[in-house]
Amino acid sequence: MQTLFIIAILTLGFLITFQIAKASEYVAVLRGEEKVRKQTNKVNAFMLLAFLIIGLIGVYYCNEKFKGRILGEAASDHGVLIDRMLYITIALTGIVFVVTQIALFWFSFKYQESDKRKAFYYPHNNKLELIWTVIPAIALTVLVGFGLFYWFKITGDAPKDSMIVEVTGKQFGWEFRYPGNDGILGKKFYKKVDPANNNPAGQLWEDEANHDDLFMEQEMHLVVNKPVKLVIGAKDVIHDVGLAHFRMKMDAVPGTPTTMWFTPRFTTKEMAEKTGKPDFTYEISCDQMCGRGHYSMRGVIVVETQEEFDVWLAGKKPQYLVANPDKDPSMAKPDSIKAVASVIKE
Amino acid sequence: MSEVLNVQQGMAAGAVHHDGHHHHETFVSKYIFSQDHKTIAKQFLITGIIWAIIGGLFSVLFRLQLGYPEQSFPILETFFGNWAKGGQIQPEFYYALVTMHGTVLVFFVLTAGLSGTFANFLIPLQVGARDMASPFLNMLSYWFFFLASVIMLSSLFISTGPASGGWTIYPPLSALGEASSGSKLGMDFWLVSMAMFIVSSLLGGINYISTILNLRTKGMSMTRLPLTIWALFFTAVLGVLSFPVLLSGAILLLFDRNLGTSFFLSDIVVNGQILPNEGGSAILFQHLFWFLGHPEVYIILLPAMGMVSEILSVNSRKPIFGYMAMLGSLFAITILAFLVWAHHMFVTGLNPFLGSIFVLLTLLIAVPSAIKVFNWLTTLWRGNIRFTPATLFAIGFVSLFISGGLTGIFLGNSTIDIHLHDTMFVVAHFHIVMGVASMFGMFAGIYHWFPKMFGRYLNNTLGYLHFWVTIIGAYLIFWPMHYQGLAGIPRRYLDKRGWVSFNQFPELDKMITIVSIVVFAVQLMFVFNFIYSIFKGRKVTNKNPWGANTLEWTTPLRPGHGNWEGEIPEVHRWAYDYGKDGREFIPQVEEIGEGESKH
Repeated sequence: MQTLFIIAILTLGFLITFQIAKASEYVAVLRGEEKVRKQTNKVNAFMLLAFLIIGLIGVYYCNEKFKGRILGEAASDHGVLIDRMLYITIALTGIVFVVTQIALFWFSFKYQESDKRKAFYYPHNNKLELIWTVIPAIALTVLVGFGLFYWFKITGDAPKDSMIVEVTGKQFGWEFRYPGNDGILGKKFYKKVDPANNNPAGQLWEDEANHDDLFMEQEMHLVVNKPVKLVIGAKDVIHDVGLAHFRMKMDAVPGTPTTMWFTPRFTTKEMAEKTGKPDFTYEISCDQMCGRGHYSMRGVIVVETQEEFDVWLAGKKPQYLVANPDKDPSMAKPDSIKAVASVIKE
Repeated sequence: MSEVLNVQQGMAAGAVHHDGHHHHETFVSKYIFSQDHKTIAKQFLITGIIWAIIGGLFSVLFRLQLGYPEQSFPILETFFGNWAKGGQIQPEFYYALVTMHGTVLVFFVLTAGLSGTFANFLIPLQVGARDMASPFLNMLSYWFFFLASVIMLSSLFISTGPASGGWTIYPPLSALGEASSGSKLGMDFWLVSMAMFIVSSLLGGINYISTILNLRTKGMSMTRLPLTIWALFFTAVLGVLSFPVLLSGAILLLFDRNLGTSFFLSDIVVNGQILPNEGGSAILFQHLFWFLGHPEVYIILLPAMGMVSEILSVNSRKPIFGYMAMLGSLFAITILAFLVWAHHMFVTGLNPFLGSIFVLLTLLIAVPSAIKVFNWLTTLWRGNIRFTPATLFAIGFVSLFISGGLTGIFLGNSTIDIHLHDTMFVVAHFHIVMGVASMFGMFAGIYHWFPKMFGRYLNNTLGYLHFWVTIIGAYLIFWPMHYQGLAGIPRRYLDKRGWVSFNQFPELDKMITIVSIVVFAVQLMFVFNFIYSIFKGRKVTNKNPWGANTLEWTTPLRPGHGNWEGEIPEVHRWAYDYGKDGREFIPQVEEIGEGESKH
């Protein structure tokens, strides 16, 4: 009923607008078409000017209103560079934006049709055209220069002492693998993926580098001020490791591993204090469309001090032992005691 | 050369005379399987408008979800059943909507609807030809588009839904039915429809190119062509050289989907199922896709640029400033359009050095774009501007092109793109610069050439209403999305309530949704105006209502097949002698007078 009512009102509004528009044609004929056309021209010229002024105020208003909600302090070293590049670009394009929009709407207003003026025949001016080819070219060279300087810094090789974490995207969640004490991620093969037998990553157990690798889901821990290199992959479709606070992003592609590295600058707790949000969380968002659960493919990163990290890591058991409990010394002990006991009994 | 042209013209004129003499035209040959480029143009336009309504409706639906994720709309369940269970748009449905919105708007509206309409309508009329080089292929071009439309439309009614992997259809998501229900039958329909679409675009493209090169009337040298024709020429070149690459990608993807090949698939475990495919590259598809996909942006944009140049010049009663520079920048954009595709792929693991080359080439494209903007501004400067709805839309185009072009400098710079890639910033950028701007170019073209198409005017008052609501709405909708993107909010997130970092703009999302509904309603008003005016609009009584120089305004009020009665007029000057020697305009057909100053 309510829907019907809304539709009726909309239709009515539609018809009224149309009738007014239709009537305006007849009015124009009555009052002299040329006269009405000139009047309309003035109205539109004025509106273009008003649009410019209100628009620029609107842009300023949006900037003020959303300033606090868009970019907190970048939480990684690379993020600082990216933000700097962003601000350089905002400054430069901002000037061009304001100047050209003002020129566009001001010229439109100023040179509206008038009987007193004839249009100025001005087909070309090579000098002018040269100037506005060269100036943008120089400005863009500056932007390209800065951009590539930062780009090669960010995409360059990770420092040797970087911590390594493997990140794997799947519909719709994240898996992580830490290399353990040897610092080497063991080999894996997708055909060995077998969650039922505690091998969700497809690790090859015959590779000894795998024996101390740790596996976990949804939550990753990093150490503050320690560079980390992520080795990124995907199981099913393309995902993307999006880290908005660190300003980092890299696709997770099945069959083609990718990497990125960065250094976290603040622990989660520090960020909570800085932003004044007690529930602050470093979130991993999937930024590449991956199917029906894409919008909810969330992971969490906890950045903490080395000591906190060590304590957390010590509580984890290598996946090798989870998958092969018979190899687990802590599991083996009661067994061997039993075995001894049975021997004694006999 | 000119003799050859004359012979051709003579033949074409003879053919027309022949047709007219025997009254062979039936309803079917005149309105359905017509070979008249003007009728084909109208067919493209009307089909495009129908698609625009459908595509726009999709966006209103998903905006409802974005603005009101917590609310239930029972009416949606009435219409869409399981897709909107409990009155809430389900994720599969949401993704189908965004995918089809993108596909429909990019290909069916802004490629076929825009360049299909105006290339067909304007090329023969403005170069002075009776029809296209091959009217028959031209007709086939429309009917392949129609076939593509039918297939795409029917994919909406498949029980597993239409394609839902995004309009860029990246595999493996688009290749595996197990990964998404939209990647089942719907995806095959999408690919087949796109193959038909590409055939249509190629048939059209080679026709446009050969018509422009071979069928110009006497005196119409290449540098006397209006900029609309140049823009449509480069558009056709872009399409002919890049669409086949997408076709190859689509065919390989069909093979991967149905024949067990592994072009794009490798090392996949989907839904707990281990697939045998090894050695393929998912990224390869992205290269193939964007090798079309980026030129596609210019296929959409160039016709709008051409029409805007023409309309701004005619209505400011001044020549377009820097014709040769405009031409040069169109050419530069066309070349560069082929060399920037990987800027869509900075974060796919692309070699950073390769990335740096694409940064350079991408930002280089800003130079010809800047030249165009400055030249448009100078065209307005010291003009005597008439604000017809077409002029307003053309001015709106320039404003949007500036706004959206500048944000391209952010995204084309790989360093910033790391943060902004696939966020709402990208959505804001391409909607402003390519989506809405080209739409404005299309509207400008429709308002400007409607009198030539249908012999009647569109209602002006509705035209002004249309413009003002649309430009204000467009900025209200897309400007705030930049901030969402800067905050890192990824695109294609239908519900952000589960996130700590992305949940700071709920009232903004509501505002955008409301504005988009209003803007959509005004577009419906435009469509109503369009249909009404075809039959009941004010009649055109003046052959040249805008006082324009180009050849189409020398044809009869309602030109028949063959365009000119009698001889095709000869051209003596360029198209932009406005305000020269104290005269308001001097048509191209007028001979250079004695003592006339040179431009």
